Amino acid sequence: MTVNVLQPGLSTTVQDLGRPGFYHVGIPLSGGMDRYALIAANLLVGNDDGDAVLETTFLGPELQFLEDALVAVTGADLPPLVDGVEQPVWEAFSIKAGQVLSFDYLRSGARSYIAIAGGIDVPLALGSRSTYALGGLGGYQGRALKAGDMLSVGPAKRPAGPGRGIGPELHPPLPTVTELRMLPGLYWHRMTDEAAANFFEDVWKLAPEADRIGGRFRGGRSPKLVDRPQPFGAGSNPSNITDACYPYGSIQIPGCLEPIVLHRDAVSVGGYFMVGTVISADMDLIGQLPPNAKTRFVKVDMEQALEARRAYRRRLDRLRASLS
Amino acid sequence: MAIIVVRAPIPGIFYDKPAPDQPPFKTEGDSVAPGDSLALVEVMKTFNPVKSSKNGRFVRYLVENEDELMAGQPIAEIDVD
Repeated sequence: MTVNVLQPGLSTTVQDLGRPGFYHVGIPLSGGMDRYALIAANLLVGNDDGDAVLETTFLGPELQFLEDALVAVTGADLPPLVDGVEQPVWEAFSIKAGQVLSFDYLRSGARSYIAIAGGIDVPLALGSRSTYALGGLGGYQGRALKAGDMLSVGPAKRPAGPGRGIGPELHPPLPTVTELRMLPGLYWHRMTDEAAANFFEDVWKLAPEADRIGGRFRGGRSPKLVDRPQPFGAGSNPSNITDACYPYGSIQIPGCLEPIVLHRDAVSVGGYFMVGTVISADMDLIGQLPPNAKTRFVKVDMEQALEARRAYRRRLDRLRASLS
Repeated sequence: MAIIVVRAPIPGIFYDKPAPDQPPFKTEGDSVAPGDSLALVEVMKTFNPVKSSKNGRFVRYLVENEDELMAGQPIAEIDVD
């Protein structure tokens, strides 16, 4: 089965659940930024959790299907249109050979996941079909889609039909102010008590340059750091440290100005101090923040972070149960 | 003749000119042809042109330079032929 890309959208990439295991040699995780929505889209069309889908950013693509297909769109509220007729999100629908899938304006959220029964068939790169565009690795020729690309789709794995949906109680929330829970980290002590209190008190807005690598937050007060002689190998700015590993979700504050949260295509190492790490259960939320979205950071401890991870898994279990 | 509204295809920061030291893309009464750039929207470190799909006469911008935009937000009016 083949899908012809008529218009690519702003930045539409092939993504699966990513390629963990190579971060220590500088290859990031990649994969869908909203993993829950990616898995949901796959399950709706009878795919496995981690089959390759298309991740759209703000603006949907225009795709012509050369054969009949079953499709589901989840994540952001980006209404799908089949030959101009609106289709539901979070529900499987049919497309006939020759029909065009396009999208209306984004209503809320940021990224949508377009799953096609059988999954997007691009070659595996280091065990994953995810696109890491910065490194030209994986996905469709290592890059975002362009007009004229022809996507191959694999054979359907199990029976699934149109009309099967996921109820609103199992859609992730898209709140006005998104709370990102974070675990303070190794360098937390570098901030003054006042700076630490301000960090949680302030409302931060996601800067428009945010992408799959990371998101910068503006609008809160820049932190003051505790004075210290800079250690050997660290740069001269107080926000510099001797180079260290950057975890997925880590929050760095370059130049003591604005926090940046690293996401799926992040660099793996660098010399900025990290105040902590956004917990894994909340990383999907960042993938759905449009530019200027308001957020607050909320402090949790390890026990709360692990409970949040269990709650995330229970929500996925309920999603699976609702479709079986 | 009818006034149509041009909408922002994507969210981001709105610019009515190609560069800070240049005049706006269009001012009232300018002719507009399909493919003409009307504005830029900045998002994800890229500046994305918003182009006209119609022939007509430019009426006005509906947002201020450097305003924050939502996708689908009206940004300009064109009096179409």
